[in-house]
Amino acid sequence: MSLDRSDVEQIAHLARLQIDAADIDSYSNSLNSILSLVDQMQATCTEGVDPLAHPLDAVQRLRRDEVTEPNQRDALQAVAPATEAGLFLVPKVIE
Amino acid sequence: MFELTLAELARGLDNGDFSSTELTQAYLQRIKVLDGQYNTFITVTEEQALAQAKAADDARVAGNAGPLCGLPIAHKDLFCTQGVRTSSASKMLDNFVSPYDATIVSRLKNAGSVMLGKLNMDEFAMGSSNESSFYGAVRNPWNTDCVPGGSSGGSAAAVAARLTPAATGSDTGGSIRQPAALCGVTGIKPTYGRVSRYGMIAFASSLDQAGPMARTAEDCAMILNAMAGFDPLDSTSAERDTEDYTTALNQPLAGLKIGLPKEYFSAALDAGVAEQVRNAVAEFEKLGSTVKEVSLPNTELCIPAYYILAPAEASSNLSRFDGVRYGYRCDNPVDLEDLYKRSRGEGFGTEVKRRIMVGAYALSAGYYDAYYRKAQQIRRMIQQDFVNVLNEVDVIMGPTTPQPAFKLGEKSSDPVSMYMEDIFTLSLNLAGLPGISVPCGQTQGLPVGLQIIGNYFAESKLLNIAHQFQQATDWHTQIPAGVEV
Repeated sequence: MSLDRSDVEQIAHLARLQIDAADIDSYSNSLNSILSLVDQMQATCTEGVDPLAHPLDAVQRLRRDEVTEPNQRDALQAVAPATEAGLFLVPKVIE
Repeated sequence: MFELTLAELARGLDNGDFSSTELTQAYLQRIKVLDGQYNTFITVTEEQALAQAKAADDARVAGNAGPLCGLPIAHKDLFCTQGVRTSSASKMLDNFVSPYDATIVSRLKNAGSVMLGKLNMDEFAMGSSNESSFYGAVRNPWNTDCVPGGSSGGSAAAVAARLTPAATGSDTGGSIRQPAALCGVTGIKPTYGRVSRYGMIAFASSLDQAGPMARTAEDCAMILNAMAGFDPLDSTSAERDTEDYTTALNQPLAGLKIGLPKEYFSAALDAGVAEQVRNAVAEFEKLGSTVKEVSLPNTELCIPAYYILAPAEASSNLSRFDGVRYGYRCDNPVDLEDLYKRSRGEGFGTEVKRRIMVGAYALSAGYYDAYYRKAQQIRRMIQQDFVNVLNEVDVIMGPTTPQPAFKLGEKSSDPVSMYMEDIFTLSLNLAGLPGISVPCGQTQGLPVGLQIIGNYFAESKLLNIAHQFQQATDWHTQIPAGVEV
């Protein structure tokens, strides 16, 4: 299948990416050529094949439910764009 | 001293031929004078390097020198380094000073190494040419009109230009091995899970793996000794004992069974590359190995499967860059959605945005089975191909890349032609297998890489085979014309 301008706009919205209107055609062309590359998969029969998520089929390791992290709020917020009183600041969400 | 390998530098330090401070100063000076031609460093950490060198010299006097004591290395700029900018070569993280060290950074620090700085790369490790860096392209020391490969292009070019004796890299689809091949250096991607991913800026978490890049297999073994091992901070770290990768280097290769996949020597392979790889295989026969043709029938499917799985994981991993907690934030956002969209739209480059969109599309409602699940099924078929062949032979050999280094700009406007660059490398990431690229010849004045693929956790065997090849050949000692030492 082929993506048109509105598909690209919808995908960019889902991914929360601002794309310049002037660039949409070029994204749509390159996304279509990538999708036609990946569509080569569809010719292969994969019936009955188990999907592989981890090369060694490992499962999630568990640890004891203990506190292991010290509080590093100040160090971690030192690189934040905007903070106040230990909180991250964003534009007003609720009017 | 710029012609010395890491192992030779270690002996020089042990013998007192020079101090780590002298060595570090010499490399810092060399970077200052020469790196303008190659653009391999994003950040040079002169002050920290000299402090670490002095500490190493003191430790040596005190008799408690670690295994890499006083040896200079540099890190790809996606490994977090406390107090030092960690950019992933993106505008998004241009202002990001990491509050902590990646596990491999602290391990290499604890082994006594000296960090010269942070190396250029493709933005978020997405690329095969190092042209997508926010800090500009890296140039190949063998021909500065050519790309060094990617995404660890800064690492490979810095080692080739003798701006650092060794470097760290990361490999999600070939990002250690392909630039190693294009720049004539040695680089190993270990088995998935062998080296910790903690503090390595994530691209595709089920494929990402860090590894060393250096002039020789012996040097890679020394660095891998410090990097590898179980890490409770990485949820997919392999729970296995570490080993000393230097102990098996000198094992003879008599009786080694090598498989050559017929699919790797198709018409698409550059004739000069094919010839050099065949010569290298003949060298292994001289060393007592036997060679047989094998088949990896799903080779061509690895690119389509990879370009669903890697972008899908990337779109998820890169959703953390939201302009709120760290990294780039757009000016004057009108509301939260505008903050997210413009911070991400302005902070990410074109290829990164493209891959996020491919991934978001593949994971969106209604397409999951057709794309993501299908790709995961093909991933198992590709793994099964390797398992079958590695039951018959000890290792698989072939070209690392289908052609030598290409010109800057040659493929940058066509993502699909760029993706074909990784046809021989990304199947190993899908299968989780280790692979090493070793310089094995030249064509058109450019280096050619031989890829050696082994079974799970066979890093020691791969380094042994590469080391024996380097004892018998001198391709790894060639210095690019124009690189003065």
